[in-house]
Amino acid sequence: MSDVKITGLHKRYGAFHAVRGIDLEISDGEFAVLVGPSGCGKSTLLRTIAGLEEASSGTIEIGGEVVNDYRPRDRDVAMVFQDYALYPHMTVANNIGFGLRARKMPKADIEARVSEAATMLGITSLLGRFPRQLSGGQRQRVAIGRAIVRNPKVFLFDEPLSNLDAQLRDEMRGEIKRLHQEIATTMIYVTHDQIEAMTLADRIVLMRDGLIEQQGAPLELFERPATTFVAGFLGSPRMSFLPGKLVLEGPTHGVRVGEVMLPVPAGRTLNGAHDGMSVLLGLRPEHLTRAQGEQPAEGVYRHEARIELIQPTGSRTYATFRLAGEPVNAELQAHDVSRAGQQMPIDINMMRASIFDADTQRAL
Amino acid sequence: MAPVARHTSRRSRLRRIPFLRILFLAVCVIFVVLPLYWVFVTSIKPSDDYLAIPPVWFPDKPTLVHYTAALFAYRGLNGLINSLIVSISATFLSCLFGTLMAYSLARFNTGGQHLSFWVLSQRFLPPIAIVLPIFLNYRVLGLNDTHVGLILAYTVFTLPVSVWMMFAYFRQMPRSLEEAALVDGCTRWTSFWRVAVPLAIPGIVAAAIFTFIACWTEFFFALVLTSRNAYTLPTVFRAFLSFQGAQYGEASALAIVSLVPSIVLGVLVQKHLVRGLTLGAIRG
Repeated sequence: MSDVKITGLHKRYGAFHAVRGIDLEISDGEFAVLVGPSGCGKSTLLRTIAGLEEASSGTIEIGGEVVNDYRPRDRDVAMVFQDYALYPHMTVANNIGFGLRARKMPKADIEARVSEAATMLGITSLLGRFPRQLSGGQRQRVAIGRAIVRNPKVFLFDEPLSNLDAQLRDEMRGEIKRLHQEIATTMIYVTHDQIEAMTLADRIVLMRDGLIEQQGAPLELFERPATTFVAGFLGSPRMSFLPGKLVLEGPTHGVRVGEVMLPVPAGRTLNGAHDGMSVLLGLRPEHLTRAQGEQPAEGVYRHEARIELIQPTGSRTYATFRLAGEPVNAELQAHDVSRAGQQMPIDINMMRASIFDADTQRAL
Repeated sequence: MAPVARHTSRRSRLRRIPFLRILFLAVCVIFVVLPLYWVFVTSIKPSDDYLAIPPVWFPDKPTLVHYTAALFAYRGLNGLINSLIVSISATFLSCLFGTLMAYSLARFNTGGQHLSFWVLSQRFLPPIAIVLPIFLNYRVLGLNDTHVGLILAYTVFTLPVSVWMMFAYFRQMPRSLEEAALVDGCTRWTSFWRVAVPLAIPGIVAAAIFTFIACWTEFFFALVLTSRNAYTLPTVFRAFLSFQGAQYGEASALAIVSLVPSIVLGVLVQKHLVRGLTLGAIRG
């Protein structure tokens, strides 16, 4: 068993409070991604799990054992660093086998395991080279090889792809995901890139200012963000936030944004809502489509829009228009709209829209 | 067509630049090599030719008599051996403690902001201000005119520079390398020896060369702290300037002998020094 359980974890650097009380359980074999803006404490949390930083308070358990007082080498974790941290004075084979040699494993076993890891990552031909003779992607593979050869309880990744160019990053992201499917070991992965988080994670742990803002399956966070911060962090282009008032009395319930009344479908629950409260209506581009059919479907509000700006990406076109004076992005099919200034009806799916309390910034 | 044109233009460029380059090199050679050559030639000249006019550039009857005189009659050989013992020991100790201390300063921020600067500030003190107190202390401790005494003094005096050279080296070394080693299965101690030190070798070699040269050429402390037993090579040269006149041949012979270790050292470590210059290109 190699689950990771963190309870009440704090980390202070002098006056700076980097991690401010984290409770987190990552189950055996899970791929957890810690994501958040820089300075949110995600790397500190990872380094504390590795034992490179000492927890100020709280406990860390790996596989049911409290490891707070264990040295990094005794925690049975492997880590891949942002700058790869390959030992420049050793060949690739020695880099990969270093951890096994440090643990005094017999030479023949080391060779067998190194070549097995190298085969898995397709770097067998590089074993005799030095790190300086490798490209960025190859170095990344060696760094991963150094981690998997040890067969640890937990893998820790600290922004491993941020030094690679975009194309290579996509490729390595796929490889890491495939690796996880093959070896099914617990992985904890730190990134500030929301796309990496969405594509890799079984579970996203979104952090902000040393605290967990929300955690859950990627689509759960994406579809039902608990706060405006989560909603704004995940998704590109960003969710549009429209300030308005909640109307819960009279014939139709809805959100009034300026002069526009957007009805909220009857089936939608609004926790802690009261009439007239200030809210933010959160609309993702994919909640908006080109109008279809004579009448809008159930729970859909139709808006006659004048497109101000179009941004074609090839497969999709992002169109910006104004709703009661506020800019809103819609994700349209590539040929739905041809030029800025065009008038067209847009359907807004109010079933999927998020509504936040304007004061607390939390979802209703 | 094109390759031919390029070829000729390159050749003409080669023909234009070398003239100035050769002139510059020639001037440098005259300044550097000529005095060395003069010293060498003086060391193998018979005594009568020292100040002959016109100067003797190529002695007819080269002789090694000055070498035997300098090494044995003037006891230069003992000085050479003492110098080797003291310089090598002090260099070893200075680099060992310098590396350990610099690592501690760079990685653990030992002593806060001020200790590292305090170490360097030890060099602000002119040696002449402390040589007499050291002499008096040594008299009590019985360290005057001993190898140990001189080694200790040289180690202490070269340590600040070794520490600072190594400090700069360790500070630019990414921490993640040792952190990777810690996670991989090293202790602090083994990650230091197996990762940090091997990577610091160019820095250690550079520090060792500076230290060795400083010890090898040091005169003032050796003069005050040694007399008959532990005297070093530089102090032997005193004997060549006496009221009977200057012993140019013996002085030159010993100067040539004293060059040998520096040249050997230079050849041995050249490879490491060049490697040190390219080490920065490892990350990328």
